[in-house]
Amino acid sequence: MTPEALLYSKTHEWVAVESDASGAKVATVGLTAFALEALTDLVFVDLPQVGRNVSAGEPFGEIESVKAVSDIYSPVDGEITEVNNELADRLEELSDDPYTNGWFVKIRMTDETALSKLMDYGAYQKQCEEESGDE
Amino acid sequence: MDASEGPIQKTPLFQWHKDHGARMVDFAGWAMPVQYSSIIQEHEGIRNTGGIADISHMGRLRFEGPGAAVFLAELLTRRVADMTLGQIRYSLVTNDAGGILDDVLVGYYHNAQGQPYYVVVVNASNRQKIVDWVHAHLPRERAEAPGQEVLFTDVTHLWAMFAIQGPRSVDLLQPLIDVDLRSMRYYRGAQIRLLHPAAQRQGGIISRTGYTGEDGFELALGAPIALAVWEVLAEMGETMGIKPTGLGARDTLRLEAGMPLYGHELCEKTNPFEAGLGFACHLVGYDFPGRDALVEIEKQPLHRTRVGLQLGGRRPAREHCDIYVGEEQVGITTSGTVSPTLKTPIAMGYVPPEFSQPGTELLVDVRGRKEPAQVVDLPFYHRKKK
Repeated sequence: MTPEALLYSKTHEWVAVESDASGAKVATVGLTAFALEALTDLVFVDLPQVGRNVSAGEPFGEIESVKAVSDIYSPVDGEITEVNNELADRLEELSDDPYTNGWFVKIRMTDETALSKLMDYGAYQKQCEEESGDE
Repeated sequence: MDASEGPIQKTPLFQWHKDHGARMVDFAGWAMPVQYSSIIQEHEGIRNTGGIADISHMGRLRFEGPGAAVFLAELLTRRVADMTLGQIRYSLVTNDAGGILDDVLVGYYHNAQGQPYYVVVVNASNRQKIVDWVHAHLPRERAEAPGQEVLFTDVTHLWAMFAIQGPRSVDLLQPLIDVDLRSMRYYRGAQIRLLHPAAQRQGGIISRTGYTGEDGFELALGAPIALAVWEVLAEMGETMGIKPTGLGARDTLRLEAGMPLYGHELCEKTNPFEAGLGFACHLVGYDFPGRDALVEIEKQPLHRTRVGLQLGGRRPAREHCDIYVGEEQVGITTSGTVSPTLKTPIAMGYVPPEFSQPGTELLVDVRGRKEPAQVVDLPFYHRKKK
């Protein structure tokens, strides 16, 4: 997955939308390289169970660094259909590969309206530049 | 920890930190580097090789004059009057109720003219409080008492301070210092001259002390030469694998070493005995604020005591997590992280003495989930003695 082809939330989740065999839209969700760079020193990730319903803007998991804990927010509405349980054992590699093996969950979408609130690559880059400038 | 109000304070290295990629945070009113690269890498760097850290935010209070020794003996919980030249002691400052106002290091030195003086290093978050406490106990009549004068100066902004920590710290520092560091004992220090041209023949104070659980030194030096000397240390350190280290690693290192941090394990409601700091209280001899209260507190059984906890899961506890035995809340955590050395969550906290024995199984409520935890001996990490 190339970063240019993804959608982005304000809270630094990336989203790849594809259709499954039945034609339903499935969102693959992860955390961006910018977010992982800001967190550094990841020590723990807590991901939801398959089958859980999530709403756009609500936290579905947590990621912790040595210093602090951060929520991971669902960018879309739907049901968790897959969870990347291997992530917990290779957190130190996550920032090297956030967009392919670094996905967190797959969500079968029940509603597509939340997609319109997500940013494209260019808009997200701009947000990151602004946040970096705030320091 | 935002003890000070007003504009943020900066150390002489502020711009250097920013120019070298540090993430700056407000720590007790000071703009300080929390990390340059990764906290775990900086932590491991100090354990394995060495690291240098700007600790100029620590408060430095200087006491001199013929009445200084007695004044400090009547201010600090630890004996001061019998200290020998170059000796350093860990001490507390307590309020009248015996609560801890700060934990400090007091050192006894002679300046280049052979005049004795004491330096008390206080926490940045408590500096103003302790300065006010000193003034309250040092009225003009006492400060100017003929033959017993006490000259008190807050030299925090006049001096800078670096921590040089790790097994190779002595190799990095020795070429810069005119005394033999290898023979310097732990908790000893000396007034020294800095040998590098960058130091312009100026002096400083070196001590074999630290807050990492590793061998190492702390160097106090004049603020005007601080940047030049730091650049020399950074450049020489680079060739030895010794890197600049931020406050993030300083916190994980001190936690592994089981060292209390004011604002976490210690506060004004903490008494020294429950914190495991009874050794720093000499209750016979000079009278200091809180002594009478501490004499009474020492007679009573402890209600709670500071312990180390190792958590069974992967999820780290932070401060302010409730500690349970079954359904009953018995204590609270004061610090916690994932230990970079042990690769497991560790925490410190307070529990009643009956639950403080190593091996005791407890539960810690980490954001709504009760994680298994076991009481373990402090420190979590012992350095390998050569």
